[in-house]
Amino acid sequence: MASEKTHVRTTLNGEATEYLCETNQSLLEVLRDVLLLTGTKEGCNDGNCGACTVNMDGRIVDSCLVLGVEAEGAEILTIEGVATPEGLHPIQQAFLENAALQCGICTPGFIIASKALLEKEPNPSEARIRHWLAGNLCRCTGYDKIVKAVVAAANTIGGKK
Amino acid sequence: MATVWIPTPYRDLVGGAETVTVAGSTVRQITRNLDTVYPGFWERLVDDETDRIRAGVSVIINGVVVGTALHEPVGENDEVHYLPAIAGGHP
Amino acid sequence: MTTSDKKKYKVIGTTPIRHDGADKVTGRAVYGIDFHTTGMLWGKILRSPHAHAKIKSIDATKALALPGVHAVVTGKDMAVARDIEVEAGETSLNYMHLSDNVMARDKALYKGHAVAAVAADTQHIAEEALGLIEVDYEVLTPVLNGREGMKSDAPLIHPDQTTKIMAFRFDPGTDSGEKSNIAGKSQLKLGDIDAGFKEADFIVEREYTTSWVHQGYIEAQNATAHWNNDDNITVWNSSQGTFNQRQLMAEILKHPVSQIKMVPMEIGGGFGGKIPVYLEIPAAMLSKKTGHPVKMTMTRTEVFEGTGPASAAQMKAKVGATKDGRITAAYAELVFEAGAFPGSAVGAGAQGMFTTYNIENVLIDGYDVVVNKPKSAAYRSPGTPQACFPAEAVIDELAELVGMDPLDFRMKNAAKEGDRRADGVQHPEMGNLECMEALKASDHYKSDLGGPNRGRGVASGYWGNAGMPASCSIAINADGTVSLAEGSPDIGGSRTSIAMMCAEAFGIAAEDVHPSIKDTDSIGYQGLTAGSSTTLRNGWAVFEVTNQAIELIKARAARLWETEPENVDFADGVFFSKAEKELKLTFKEMTGKLMETGGPISVAASVAPRGAGPSFTTHMVDVEVDPETGKVEILRYTAAQDVGTMIHPDYVEGQVQGGAVQGIGWALNEEYFFSDKGAMLNASYLDYRVPTMLDLPMIDTILVEHANPDHPFGVRGVAEISVVPPLGALANAIYAAVGVRMRDLPMAPHKIVKALQEKNGKTK
Repeated sequence: MASEKTHVRTTLNGEATEYLCETNQSLLEVLRDVLLLTGTKEGCNDGNCGACTVNMDGRIVDSCLVLGVEAEGAEILTIEGVATPEGLHPIQQAFLENAALQCGICTPGFIIASKALLEKEPNPSEARIRHWLAGNLCRCTGYDKIVKAVVAAANTIGGKK
Repeated sequence: MATVWIPTPYRDLVGGAETVTVAGSTVRQITRNLDTVYPGFWERLVDDETDRIRAGVSVIINGVVVGTALHEPVGENDEVHYLPAIAGGHP
Repeated sequence: MTTSDKKKYKVIGTTPIRHDGADKVTGRAVYGIDFHTTGMLWGKILRSPHAHAKIKSIDATKALALPGVHAVVTGKDMAVARDIEVEAGETSLNYMHLSDNVMARDKALYKGHAVAAVAADTQHIAEEALGLIEVDYEVLTPVLNGREGMKSDAPLIHPDQTTKIMAFRFDPGTDSGEKSNIAGKSQLKLGDIDAGFKEADFIVEREYTTSWVHQGYIEAQNATAHWNNDDNITVWNSSQGTFNQRQLMAEILKHPVSQIKMVPMEIGGGFGGKIPVYLEIPAAMLSKKTGHPVKMTMTRTEVFEGTGPASAAQMKAKVGATKDGRITAAYAELVFEAGAFPGSAVGAGAQGMFTTYNIENVLIDGYDVVVNKPKSAAYRSPGTPQACFPAEAVIDELAELVGMDPLDFRMKNAAKEGDRRADGVQHPEMGNLECMEALKASDHYKSDLGGPNRGRGVASGYWGNAGMPASCSIAINADGTVSLAEGSPDIGGSRTSIAMMCAEAFGIAAEDVHPSIKDTDSIGYQGLTAGSSTTLRNGWAVFEVTNQAIELIKARAARLWETEPENVDFADGVFFSKAEKELKLTFKEMTGKLMETGGPISVAASVAPRGAGPSFTTHMVDVEVDPETGKVEILRYTAAQDVGTMIHPDYVEGQVQGGAVQGIGWALNEEYFFSDKGAMLNASYLDYRVPTMLDLPMIDTILVEHANPDHPFGVRGVAEISVVPPLGALANAIYAAVGVRMRDLPMAPHKIVKALQEKNGKTK
């Protein structure tokens, strides 16, 4: 049943991107099912797990709670836009070096959320990290190594700057 | 003779004994001989259709889980257990 | 703690970056839920709104008339599966029950039970179509509690079911003959508990309950199936065992195993919950009907309501000890709610319950009771967290009565090699006491609690671990690298551990081995990614293929050096001539000479290892309880576990930490709330409340490396056991903090406040 679709223009991972979407499709659905960018994961589709976290105009949002049509004119960063041809982002590298993932399904959301934190606050305390990332669920690691990875990434980024 | 540990609900078949000694050099022989002296064991433990120990039962010899094959060798002084296959929570 | 074994190895015990790491941190890894293929339709399941209801009729006419809808299937479209018990991986199951759980036929047995499935152009159309399928139900009275369900006047969920008095779930030998919701009664008995309790100076007897909890994997169940025109079926999904699921699919669809290919996509968590099949069957049926590949995914609510959580349990425990602290007898009664079909993990719970202790007289009665709730599935050390909770709580009370430190009391009674478990089996070599000793020597144990309303608790745990078959193949590349194929879905980094053992054997770097996980047409049989067995059994497979390859390469070196193969040896990554010392080539150098000495080399092997090596652990936790709100804050947590030889220590530690946190959730927050009609009222992550990062401190570990003597690399399963002790440890810590014994999980704030009010009311 073809309903009328809306033409949406965004900047996605730094590149001008256009798509057609139905009004009832979430940004998460658009990313995954229309643009086939499946790095943004679906965990609950009701805003409780953070697996679908993307950065939208400088704020982290659960993309399952944003409609595709709301992204008109927005700048969106997904996990696919974090690494560069030069290599992994220090947060990605820190997640690997600290074994901060097991199954890895929550990892893209954690990386997007951690990146926003470190851009805002380059040296967060453990308590601050735990507070900032409390909306991202991980069922494998017990979070210990994720906290350590974010601290390690902050140190790397700080040392470079 | 191997020492066979009798599963608790079957101990009525052997007058309440925890263990009995049984002759035999394979699981098949042990189970047959057990059944000869204490009838009922073979039917409870063996699936004749597949000629194997029943699904859900695990044979343990000297503490090592050996599975459900009747031809599994049993040594002279071995200790044989028939236990529920661990896991649980099946589909 | 480390052992001298470490020196033996160059790769084992190091922490290389995982081989799938870059894919997983960049979003490129393709999970089951990410799979897309050309011409794909979307499927959705219609689920019963009632916990117990007769399905009188299903009318899909209106749904089928909706534009974009391609097909609808119901339970009536399925062949009747065989009513027999079979081996399936590490467990056994009844095909008819499994089939009826996948799709209800005559009766819906829990809220969320699948009754129909629809395939449509989009997810949204499929969802809309569900609302147009008309089902006429006759609502029946549900059974919602194990003890209630055991009563003779309870409504019968399966009218023909009688109680099997069983050592084994499916023993046909003894049947009560009485119709009952009690599917099975089992018993473990060692020694004489009456005599044991007579010897005791102190006896504690208590009752405990736990709630239904879910594994909570972040990736929901999903499956994409294509039933091709040549009758070959391909399924892309995330599962904990492709070969097991292939067998289940073949049986339920009555289709040859050889015509089903299961493709393991990356898996976003499982913890036991992704062993069964659910969506795979309706997806395949819809694909057959439509000619298109059909993708199905569950919503989070469907995951809670329609998959296999861990059983709630109602339990009694009674333990006796002498004045000098020797446990003389233990008794337990375990009632496990199996869910809609028989087969809870009560047997495994009984086998794990008092197993960390050497007790000469033990009796454990177990009841497997069907209730109108989702069919339980495996969850990390199935059955054992529930059963060890009462054991550890009663033992804590006994330690207090005897006047001993709870850790000392456990050490005094700790099971050692040669002691007998309740089922009579003797313990093999293991590190139970070492874990307790390590904890006693820790800074944590020696530290002060440093404030009021704070307390420390300890608890121990056991899990037997499993063996299961494995297969792998290697191809030696001319540049000194190795392509390693295996078939076990990698749920937490196992492909890297397996590659590391391969690298160790050849004397090359972990990065020089390239592991991949193959579909069921491309690799030999594998057991489940379950039972903490993946690294253990694939380590055996790797040991086989690398040994075979080394022998083949030796022959090539002999050819090169114009001598006999027996004159060539291999050590520390170097092939050398025994006679002429200057003749030596590294593994890498040799691989460059394979083409000129007879061509490429590849080796495949299958193994069925035994001697899994059991796991033992003891945890210690400090808490602060807010007496006003009942909130429990975890101040410090240490888990000591016998982990055998660690292949990748970071991922071993991660398993210990992750399991401990799942146990913390089980203890403090997580539960299914059911309405009086059997509807789950909190079927979302927010309301179900798994632990967040903010709820926890760092999880410290003490990893005791007691190598498994029955494994070529000393591997012992590590993944499951850490979920076991937190339940008891937290209950004991809360008592130490504020003096109330919590016996009903989860130990939610309102329950603690109520317990404190009752306690203060009594003492005032």
